[in-house]
Amino acid sequence: MREREREREREEVSESSSSKSRGGSCTEGLENVLENVLENVLNFLTSRRDRNAASLVCRSWYRAEALTRSDLFIGNCYALSPRRATARFTRLKSLTVKGKPRFADFDLMPPDWGAHFAPWASALAQAYPWLEKLHLKRMSLTDHDLSLLADSFAGFRELLLVCCEGFGTPGLAAVASKCRLLRVLELVESVVEVEDDEVVDWISSFPDTQTTLESLVFDCVECPINFDALEALVARSPSLTKLRLNRYVSLPQLYRLMLRAPQLTHLGTGSFSSTEAAAVSDQDPGYAAAFEACRSLVCLSGFREIWVDYLPAIYPVCANLTSLNLSYADVNAHQLKSVIRHCHKLQTLWVLDSICDEGLQAVAATCKDLRELRVFPVVAREETEGPVSEVGFEAISQGCRKLESILFFCQRMTNAAVVAMSKNCPDLVVFRLCIIGRYRPDPVTLEPMDEGFGAIVMNCKKLTRLAVSGLLTDRAFEYIGKYGKLVRTLSVAFNGDTDLGLKYVLEGCPNLQKLEIRDSPFGDVALRSGLHHYYNMRFLWMSTCKLTRQACQEVARALPRLVLEVINSDENAGDDIQTLYMYRSLDGPRRDAPRVVTILH
Amino acid sequence: MGSYESELNLKATELRLGLPGNDEPEKRSCSLRSNKRSSLESGVEESRCKTNVNSHASDSTTTSDHDQDSVQPAKVQAVGWPPIRSYRKNSLQQKKVECDGNGMYVKVSMAGAPYLRKIDLKVYKSYPELLMALQTLFKCTFGEYSEREGYNGSEYAPTYEDKDGDWMLVGDVPWNMFVTSCKRLRIIKGSEAKGLGCL
Repeated sequence: MREREREREREEVSESSSSKSRGGSCTEGLENVLENVLENVLNFLTSRRDRNAASLVCRSWYRAEALTRSDLFIGNCYALSPRRATARFTRLKSLTVKGKPRFADFDLMPPDWGAHFAPWASALAQAYPWLEKLHLKRMSLTDHDLSLLADSFAGFRELLLVCCEGFGTPGLAAVASKCRLLRVLELVESVVEVEDDEVVDWISSFPDTQTTLESLVFDCVECPINFDALEALVARSPSLTKLRLNRYVSLPQLYRLMLRAPQLTHLGTGSFSSTEAAAVSDQDPGYAAAFEACRSLVCLSGFREIWVDYLPAIYPVCANLTSLNLSYADVNAHQLKSVIRHCHKLQTLWVLDSICDEGLQAVAATCKDLRELRVFPVVAREETEGPVSEVGFEAISQGCRKLESILFFCQRMTNAAVVAMSKNCPDLVVFRLCIIGRYRPDPVTLEPMDEGFGAIVMNCKKLTRLAVSGLLTDRAFEYIGKYGKLVRTLSVAFNGDTDLGLKYVLEGCPNLQKLEIRDSPFGDVALRSGLHHYYNMRFLWMSTCKLTRQACQEVARALPRLVLEVINSDENAGDDIQTLYMYRSLDGPRRDAPRVVTILH
Repeated sequence: MGSYESELNLKATELRLGLPGNDEPEKRSCSLRSNKRSSLESGVEESRCKTNVNSHASDSTTTSDHDQDSVQPAKVQAVGWPPIRSYRKNSLQQKKVECDGNGMYVKVSMAGAPYLRKIDLKVYKSYPELLMALQTLFKCTFGEYSEREGYNGSEYAPTYEDKDGDWMLVGDVPWNMFVTSCKRLRIIKGSEAKGLGCL
């Protein structure tokens, strides 16, 4: 590589006029020029994969790339220390950090497991006074951390907290009041602590002057807000295009806000109901007119406590909608149909299974441009039958040929329907099917669901994310290992027969990054079969499988840069382990693990 | 794989007297272990959202209802299954509570009024608050409540239908118990209430 570098330099030297005039005597000056040129060129590289590749060319490229990277993505906060990140990248404007693995969302991790943002906060505060954007996912951060951020970054513009917890309204107030250039404040599915006596009116903390706010998303905040202050805030935020309200904002209040902000493109409607029972329709202040006035509206969500009688108010905007989230609204097929028949441009739809197969058929009939569909269950329990099934699923596959991403919860599914979708929707990138009944076979043929999932990996050649369910044998995993060459994320729960299953996957899927497995009979032999690949993965999660401590110890010794966290319940004696969470790390095991976590080395 | 499948088919047609899932100790123990974990490490949030769904989590016996589709081995709930975030589960739980009429939004009718109103019981923290709101909403007065006499002497009296379908006088039970058992409210004339007060 060094020879090639020299050759390239020589070529560049012979072409550049400055070198001709100087006669090649000041090599240092030349190197500086080249590095400047390189930096200028690298500035155009935005994709982090491209940048990672560029940084590996040679030391000079590594340096130049590090100086020009303005947006850093860290997929696992424990993969490296904050100091390492700040030492390498000295000019960051934007940072994304992800903490806990996804299974933590389902209470499979102790609550105090980690992913504390504090050490990152202090490192960032020192290293990047001009930091503008921070995106955090599944991190634990406190009000103190938020205050530190607010105090440290004068030009701070964008805060996005997804599935985070540990902070409350005081932290929000600090950000609102001190970040004068704030454009984006988005709290998505985060838990905001609300002890009654400590609730702070954070909406009133925004500056009194006109704001630069473009996006304000707080639909997950579970406490009332000062509505008058919010109305005034919206009125003095002319750039506001994205507003998602929490369920403490009523329909009449929403109406007032919409009148103030007809320029909105993304709206989360809050409760979409009223404490005052306006049962008589002539008292209706013309909600439909308010929606009609929002001519730019393309994305609608909320409906947290929907009064379905008022759903028709959204008809005027349906024709323009590209995204509709009704996943908190218990609407039936008939009610959905009245809305969906207008939504010809819809690309993203999130709904509850209360719409039934009939509702799904209506979606399939109208939404020909649908790219993403998520169907959540109203009843989160195993039942013999449910409101949606292979019937609606197959209808979707027939009608929505451009589908790229699907998340579908149901109580029953057939191989035939899954195979049909694999053929009708070849553009699928994300396929997540959750048959809620564990170990359920195809109800018609009584076969395992192997063939269905096999068809998905075979026919959907762009597939990168897969979640399986139902009764699956090793055969399903054989298919995944054989055909799932682009799969990066795989979720397995209550599936499989023997170690072979996991072995097929670890040996067959070269792009596998994130593997999360629970309650499946994979053990030590399978674990050992992945040694060649673990350094290429972000993490491996295995809980309630058949791993022993000894095998994990072996892996830890074989691959010293891996961190193996064993999370056990107290009663578990002996060699069997409950949960293994394993990830690569440049800076060794973390020091903030709680008692219940043992780190093997 | 062949033997596994035939095993399944046998199970589908087998007559059994035992509880389901008895001869699949491996799979059951998987879910049992997770259940035990849940009871040890459950936080407040978890127990809050699991009251309906996983209250039997730590109970090792299966529920008595046999699955019609008897290929399913275990009816014991597993922690974090199905994989729905607590946040979403909680929102839907609230909705179910509302739909069942167990407190939260309840209809209020008044003798002689042409249409009903609806109020959110969660908004109020005590009887005086609720009664004040009702009096404002319907432009009526209740007078003072006493355990012995009810709302004796007042023009109107508030009553409610409880979970068992009985009509009760508002104020007799502790506030929290009232909120969870009240299905609907009805404001009746004081003269009708006299009958209740005498009980």
